[in-house]
Amino acid sequence: MGKVSVIPFGPQHPVLPEPIHLDLVIEDEKVIEAIPSIGFVHRGLESLIVKKDFNEMVYVAERTCGICSFGHGMGYVEAIEHIMGVEIPDRARYLRTIWMELSRMHSHLLWLGLLADAFGYESLFYQCWRIREQILDMIEESTGGRVIFSVNKVGGVMKDMDSAMLSRFLDVLTDVEGQIRTIRKVFLQDRSVQMRLRGVGVLTRQMAHDLGCAGPFGRASGIATDMRIRGYGAYGDLDFEPIISTEGDSYARCQCRIDELFQSIDLIRQAVGKIPAGDLSVPVKGNPDGEFFMRIEQPRGEAVYYVKGSGKPNLNRLRIRTPTFANLPGLCETLKGADYADVPILVLTIDPCISCTER
Amino acid sequence: MGKVKKSPWVLHYDGSSCNGCDIEVLACLTPVYDAERFGIINTGDPLQADIFLITGGINTQNKDVVTQLYDQMPRPKVVVAVGTCACTGGIFKDCYNILGGADTTIPVDIYVPGCAARPQAIIDGLVQAIALFQKRSDEHDEYERAHKGEKRNKNGQVS
Repeated sequence: MGKVSVIPFGPQHPVLPEPIHLDLVIEDEKVIEAIPSIGFVHRGLESLIVKKDFNEMVYVAERTCGICSFGHGMGYVEAIEHIMGVEIPDRARYLRTIWMELSRMHSHLLWLGLLADAFGYESLFYQCWRIREQILDMIEESTGGRVIFSVNKVGGVMKDMDSAMLSRFLDVLTDVEGQIRTIRKVFLQDRSVQMRLRGVGVLTRQMAHDLGCAGPFGRASGIATDMRIRGYGAYGDLDFEPIISTEGDSYARCQCRIDELFQSIDLIRQAVGKIPAGDLSVPVKGNPDGEFFMRIEQPRGEAVYYVKGSGKPNLNRLRIRTPTFANLPGLCETLKGADYADVPILVLTIDPCISCTER
Repeated sequence: MGKVKKSPWVLHYDGSSCNGCDIEVLACLTPVYDAERFGIINTGDPLQADIFLITGGINTQNKDVVTQLYDQMPRPKVVVAVGTCACTGGIFKDCYNILGGADTTIPVDIYVPGCAARPQAIIDGLVQAIALFQKRSDEHDEYERAHKGEKRNKNGQVS
């Protein structure tokens, strides 16, 4: 029996771009318990419904998180559209899907870069972020914004991509695909990387199921949870399978996310091939009256938007449940029994998004 | 202590931002924008930092953390508030948990607006911060020379 001590981790820590605080109970360099304490980024944005009407709330919903900003806006407006019975044009559905997949790619590349930085591969970190800039350039060219690009509105989208732009984007994506293939070799075949990732922080399928893990974190443990198969947006018209892995360790999580990059490129190709011509939005009259649960797949997993209105411009209730919140119990479970030196990597492998979690 | 003319080290802390500005701050350090050409290194240690780069507004829980980080930084120091939230509270100004911009808690020298602040704007803010840091560094040295060997209080000031 070694001496038991408590080491505070965070809220300000070199490996974390965001504040989360963990009290790590350590015995002989092994973590025996991790106690999270959150609330450093809590803003209380759900309460803004009393001050802003349902159209202005689109911008607030988009600022739940800067990385998956587009998805939050999309989930919120689709919930409102369901309540109001608005049928949006097909072109808008496809455009939303393309932007959603571009967001997913930039989020996953960001995460891969941070992971590379955590295990000490600085030039790999820069490579990932260099590739990510090409995705951001596409987003900037089509919407005008880089990370927060408010193009959603209730009833459709605000910007269009013409066919010349779309075909140019496909060329860029082909180039990006080749570059991702190169970094994939390093992430999945490099010996030192495998030693850092393989067998670290194993979460069994049963455990992941019991703790309700979402997104790539759950899929790496063998749970085929992917809300895109529900067919919101244009996903119903596209052909894809959720990517799962069975090992449940850090390596499997890394593999899942890299393979999802290729899946996203494929989905964008399919969407560009099928995108119909037409309007971008339909006019919306009246106020939302009713309630709806919208479930969408964010880069980090399933996000739920509960919206309730009563025929007034201001909503009665907005509730956002984000994937990182669902994954925190899984994180505390994987930390148990881990080496202290592996803690930064394990915290990263759930792809934590604290500002989503605390809203 | 040797005089620092260039190459200030940056301490980045996410107040209560939505992450948008944080990933843009990180994007500044990557090859495309490359803030390292000014010698800037993103450090996690407040004791070695010269510029405090804060994103997001201040809420009741992180108020003490921000004050503590600011106090731990050695003098001279410069504070840069990145993003509309850090400048004024932004879209979250009316939220019950937000006290306001970063200047409600610590003195802010340079404000970088934008939601999310663009990398070009952040680099511009940092370049201005370097100039201010150099000026403060000179003043600090002059003060030290003028008061050499005098008795100091615990804040390092001549009592």
